[in-house]
Amino acid sequence: MTASPRPTPSAQQPRSRIPGSGLAKGLAVTLRTMTRKSHTAHYPDAQPALPPRTRGVIGLFEENCTVCMLCARECPDWCIYIDSHKETVPPAAPGGRERSRNVLDRFAIDFALCMYCGICIEVCPFDALFWSPEFEYAETDIRELTHERDKLREWMWTVPAPPALDPRAEEPKEVAAARKAAEKLAAAQEQAGRPPAEGEDA
Amino acid sequence: MNDALDVALRLLVVFAVFLVFPLLIGQTEHKVMAHMQGRVGPMYAGGFHGWAQLVADGVKFAQKEDVVPAGADRRIFQLAPAVALLPYLLVLVAIPIGPGEGAVGQVIDAGIFFVLAVMGVGVLGSLMAGWASANKFSLLGGLRTAAQLLAYELPMLLAAASVAMAAGTVSLVGILDAFEWWWLPWQIVGALVFFVAGLAELQRPPFDMPVADSEIIFGAYTEYTGLRFALFLLAEYAGIVILCGLTAVLFLGGWHGPFGADGLGWVWTLLKTAVLAFIVIWLRVSYPRMREDQLQKLAWTTLVPLALAQIALTGVVKVVIQS
Repeated sequence: MTASPRPTPSAQQPRSRIPGSGLAKGLAVTLRTMTRKSHTAHYPDAQPALPPRTRGVIGLFEENCTVCMLCARECPDWCIYIDSHKETVPPAAPGGRERSRNVLDRFAIDFALCMYCGICIEVCPFDALFWSPEFEYAETDIRELTHERDKLREWMWTVPAPPALDPRAEEPKEVAAARKAAEKLAAAQEQAGRPPAEGEDA
Repeated sequence: MNDALDVALRLLVVFAVFLVFPLLIGQTEHKVMAHMQGRVGPMYAGGFHGWAQLVADGVKFAQKEDVVPAGADRRIFQLAPAVALLPYLLVLVAIPIGPGEGAVGQVIDAGIFFVLAVMGVGVLGSLMAGWASANKFSLLGGLRTAAQLLAYELPMLLAAASVAMAAGTVSLVGILDAFEWWWLPWQIVGALVFFVAGLAELQRPPFDMPVADSEIIFGAYTEYTGLRFALFLLAEYAGIVILCGLTAVLFLGGWHGPFGADGLGWVWTLLKTAVLAFIVIWLRVSYPRMREDQLQKLAWTTLVPLALAQIALTGVVKVVIQS
């Protein structure tokens, strides 16, 4: 063993010579704690201060959902229920082909099964699922914990805005795409020799 | 006729005190223990800081099923809570809270004898419960209770005997009449021994080995449910009232006080009792449970010699004063 610069344990905590001083110390600790403010969070009376990215519940942004079923298939405990049907959309231009499109009939998450792993949110390729910090959705019956799309949609509005980008960060892809499209349109209209009028489509 | 009314009134007052004070101490324990641990304790029952928590608890206990195990000694099992609780009611009758005969339920000449003997009966309730439950944990708890009773009854009696020697009487009222302020330092060792031994007899932490819930569930009370269980709990708190009241009367001068002892003597008694009850709670929060062998060691190697030394000191001082 190498010689340690630290003092030996017996020198580190000098044993008090007065018998019972440890007992007195114990009493002092509890008495001091009693005179201080308690640490209890008065939850139902006062809301807890949660971090903004708290994983409270999963919200669904229906417009982004394409019924690809990735979330339901990735879910480790199979708590996501999705029903859908196909609809045929008439061709966009005359002479075009009819397209088929998935329409969402049911999207439900059984929060009695959900283990809040967040895999569904991670795998969603179209950003339809989000974490919401909402947490007060206890029920008296376990079956009522299966929440349908309307409830999931309500929770969507409690999802906090994404954190701001770092200064001088790269522009987000979708913003860049939209900006480029707008610029292209403006340039085309200028070349056509007339200013863009209101209410007129390009 | 007037006598009958007088007796009835006294008994009524004693009974009311017996019902109210243990609850007061229980509620104080809830709150004090919580704040000593950085919590707030009950906050909802009754509206204001959970003042009615124990009333709510009582209602809950009353609603529960009263189960008697199949293998239990039925009558003994059902009788045990009463045996544990009622002695404290009897003791309460004999404790004077103020000067004169008006402030005590019943003046008993052999006060100390009566009080200590009847208090000893209360522990029998635990023994009966432990034996009659036909449960190994209950039996273990009962045996530990018995061991504790044997070990701590002796120092308690010796300490009380010291006060009786000092006063030259075994009447509680007589002891208070003879009390002088310098008895406080004179009998301080006896007071400590009496209080500690009393705590051990009540099985209060840190002497709660007989109900050590992490090892033997709840000792002798394991099989009890509902109201009978509540009665055992009530007995514990009634025991605290009795122990604190007795310590105040025997060692702290009861209704004697620095001032106002004539009219407000009973306030002094209640104040001393309340402070002692706070200390009982404080000790519970501060100290871990003692092991069974440590319990025995404390009683036989510390408390008994201390009590004997106190008796010797009392005797010497008494002889010196009288000569």
